[in-house]
Amino acid sequence: MQNIPAASAGTHLGFAWGPGDILVYETLYKASGAIGSGCPCIHEVRKDEDIYSPILRKLFNESHHIFVGLQTIGEDLPSKNKKPQFVSISKNYRSVIRACMEELQQVAVSSKVADVATQYGNQVSILLAIELIWNLCEVLFIDAAPAGSLLLHLLDWVRLHKADVDEKAREVLQSESPAEHHDYWNVVVSYVLQGRLEEARQMLVKQATLQPAARSMYKLMDTLLSKMPFYNPGGTQTLTEFDVKWRHWHEEVDRCLQDNSFASNKHLEVICKILVGDEDTLLEHKDLLSTWYHFLVTRLLFCHPTVKPTELHYYAQSCLTMFLDSRSVPEPLDSILLAAFEFDIHQVIKDCSIALNNWWFVAHLTDLLDHCKLLQSHNLHFGSNLREFLLLEYASGLFTHHSLWQLAVDYFDHCPEFGRVYLELQIERVPLDTERKALKVLRICEQRQMSEQVRSICKIMAMRALRNNRLGSALSWSIRAKDAAFATLISEKFLQDYCARGTFSDLDLIDNLGPAMLLSDRLTFLGKYREFHKLYGEKRSGEAAKLLLSLMTAKIAPRSFWMTLLTDALPLLEQKEVIFSADQTHELMFCLEELTSLNTTAPGADGPMQDEDTELTKVELLRLALARNLARAIVKEGTVEA
Amino acid sequence: CANGFADEYVSQKISKTRWRPVSHSSLQQPDIFATGSWDNEDNKISFWSIGNNGTTGMDDGFEGDPQLLCEHKHDGDVLDLQFLDQDRIVTASSTGAVTIFRHHQNSQTISVSQSWARAHRYPCDNAPCTGVVCSSPEIVTVGEDGRIIVFRADQEGVVRVIENADSSTIHAVTYLRTSEILTVNSIGQLKLFDFRQQSNSPSQILSLSGDRVPLHCVDRHPNQQHIVATGGQDGMLCVWDVRQGNTPFSLMEAHSAEMWEVHFHPSNPDHLFTCSEDGSLLHWETSSPSDMPSFLQGGRNNSMISRSAMAPAGGNQSLINAWLSGDSSKGRLETTHMLPSQTLSVNSLDVLGQCLVCGTDGEAIFVNRQVPV
Repeated sequence: MQNIPAASAGTHLGFAWGPGDILVYETLYKASGAIGSGCPCIHEVRKDEDIYSPILRKLFNESHHIFVGLQTIGEDLPSKNKKPQFVSISKNYRSVIRACMEELQQVAVSSKVADVATQYGNQVSILLAIELIWNLCEVLFIDAAPAGSLLLHLLDWVRLHKADVDEKAREVLQSESPAEHHDYWNVVVSYVLQGRLEEARQMLVKQATLQPAARSMYKLMDTLLSKMPFYNPGGTQTLTEFDVKWRHWHEEVDRCLQDNSFASNKHLEVICKILVGDEDTLLEHKDLLSTWYHFLVTRLLFCHPTVKPTELHYYAQSCLTMFLDSRSVPEPLDSILLAAFEFDIHQVIKDCSIALNNWWFVAHLTDLLDHCKLLQSHNLHFGSNLREFLLLEYASGLFTHHSLWQLAVDYFDHCPEFGRVYLELQIERVPLDTERKALKVLRICEQRQMSEQVRSICKIMAMRALRNNRLGSALSWSIRAKDAAFATLISEKFLQDYCARGTFSDLDLIDNLGPAMLLSDRLTFLGKYREFHKLYGEKRSGEAAKLLLSLMTAKIAPRSFWMTLLTDALPLLEQKEVIFSADQTHELMFCLEELTSLNTTAPGADGPMQDEDTELTKVELLRLALARNLARAIVKEGTVEA
Repeated sequence: CANGFADEYVSQKISKTRWRPVSHSSLQQPDIFATGSWDNEDNKISFWSIGNNGTTGMDDGFEGDPQLLCEHKHDGDVLDLQFLDQDRIVTASSTGAVTIFRHHQNSQTISVSQSWARAHRYPCDNAPCTGVVCSSPEIVTVGEDGRIIVFRADQEGVVRVIENADSSTIHAVTYLRTSEILTVNSIGQLKLFDFRQQSNSPSQILSLSGDRVPLHCVDRHPNQQHIVATGGQDGMLCVWDVRQGNTPFSLMEAHSAEMWEVHFHPSNPDHLFTCSEDGSLLHWETSSPSDMPSFLQGGRNNSMISRSAMAPAGGNQSLINAWLSGDSSKGRLETTHMLPSQTLSVNSLDVLGQCLVCGTDGEAIFVNRQVPV
């Protein structure tokens, strides 16, 4: 929340949204009507809190790394061989989510501030839901397991997301007498519901030792549990063979139930009913199942383990209806999972986009699914496809972050249609506080041949340098942009400096221009002029003279500077020794005439009379010196050496 | 993690990483390093431990994973960071400030020990301080304003200022001798300044003939005080002999983008490390039959035909194309990419003993405890 003093003073304010902030300005309008007490504050409603959370930032960075790796998976591999790679990338994404979740959980638990704890707790549950959905998508869409393996994967999925069973089991086992723990039977039943029959058997042994009288019953149950067939995808058994075996076993369990073999022990009876797949018994244990999809998987496990992917949605729908009371309404998560079971990928993505406040999940998942070639080209009205749309949205959101904008660049790179345009527009708005940052932004632009942006950024930096009188920096920026116009501007400044003070500033720069001199004519002149001064200082008068003349005759020097150059020639003309040859003197005279003729044709003097006088005196002095030099030169050149 | 690197995502873009110096007498490996962040709304300096000497006391986490010890807010981007002694670091800030922080090991806290705000400045604006180097208690800083400032820790004011030392930005500075420093700037010049002299002009200026490519980093050979290595905007690695005039000893194509830092290994100078904006970290290793490292033998890298580096007087080999020829009679130069996969820009690295740490714009720190030197 920000306090705006001007608002409280009754002025009328306007505002405009920027990429990450808001511009508030005073307008000319008067506040009309009754001037009530205006609120001097504006409330900034932040659209996306998540990118500012330090722990979630790790998610963005790590997933960016995975994303870039995914884009570069070789196109030469046939799709068949890519599936394991895609599955492994999907697992990478999920492990990143899990790592983030665990860290958030730790902070939430250890935080003493209630608000913070709740906030982190919320984020944890959102991430849990995201991972759940992603895992299911991986099983159904990416791994695309066929009947047989499908159920096994779904079992893994459920087991992964129901961790409290292990906690409870630990508690029970660590107690003095596990078999008498109040949660004992809950644990056993939970194990059975999850298909973890080995562990259930181990737990049951403890009870069996306590009740030697019922040994035979426990032995029977143990046998039933041990004989339940599980499909082995890598084995030699076909699905049909497995189905036959499973039916045999199912009949056996049913027989035990009809025989009332477990009638005396209600717990074992319950387990038997579960094994046979009795829906009512399953529903009685809603609290242990806790979710409708657990119910679904358990039901499939004990009724129809050879379920085909296409049959899933019948079971899913009916399980959802059965599990929920008539009173309770399905949550967004439920409809998303249901859509997944119906293999309606687009619906999943759409529902997730609505339910979540950040584009991270849908963008990355859609991108992965797109790589698996699972998305039909679903053209939106402005022509780009769904994957690109989501990535653009996500990356644009990243660009508003003061630090994560660098990640967004890679996302834009992999959006073939609009990515470049988006990047061009956004990159210019990155604030450039230091040269280091400007260099990084420039590198990004140069690597993508965005010459417009390069020029504009260099100009901004060069202007800033110029304003702070850092002429060397300004020149360095104009060299980078190959900006001749700016280089000219800088040279003008140098020359003005020289005219004003009589000496050059920043000699280290001018003396060492190197090939950069050629960037602009004015810059070349500056370099050469300085060279002239150096030659003169080193008393190499002949070379100095030649250079000076060439500056004028080769038209490198600007006309405005000729007077100064000619004045510089004076001391050379006045020397005892003849430096300028006759020809050279003629040329100098010619230059002088050119200069003065221009001046006389100019309209009447606006300047003070004094200036005119000094100008005239200078010209006269020059004429005199030139004439004298010419005379001496002619004599010298005409003299025959004895 | 691959290649012996342990990585840690730290939710801040790392601009500088530096190992805390270990005392020469002990043979211990370094275990604590400091980092500085940049481009954050709230920048920080942090101290980390990799538990080499049982300092962490943390049970979980992979052995070698950096553990955060403590951190402190920093005003502005951390553009450079150096350890002044075992407990204090000096930072150069984008606000133009130079600050000394003290790390209290017992309580694992950090406090500001001394600060010179706006040490580097323009008349009406902030000028980032871009480089700092220290030789306790003397501290020398350089900045975008072209100033060189000398401080003494524990002294309030400034000891000496060289105004207008440079008309362009000075990017880095290093000590050549106790009273001589070398700076590099954004018009590709190396300038030597001798503090024993009263005048403020450089005692020597060196630059490459040809394009004025900005230089970003410089490091002096640990044993031979006249040898320095520089890296710049075009990713070229240049090795210079300061006594020998105006051209570098050797030029090598190193990276495809700006080289941010170059370091000779302090105890094993046959090894050189460079890191760059292109996301790579290179380990240069030379092995030559003669006792002078091959990249000091001078010459021109075969692929750089446009450059004009003269064959220097001291060297008699004309080419170091070591990794192409594999000829064992001449010097061999091997380069290895150290990081396992492509990352965003590697902004900084530091190497000490067998440990190397680097920080990236991908908000990750990588630590390698078995650098083959």
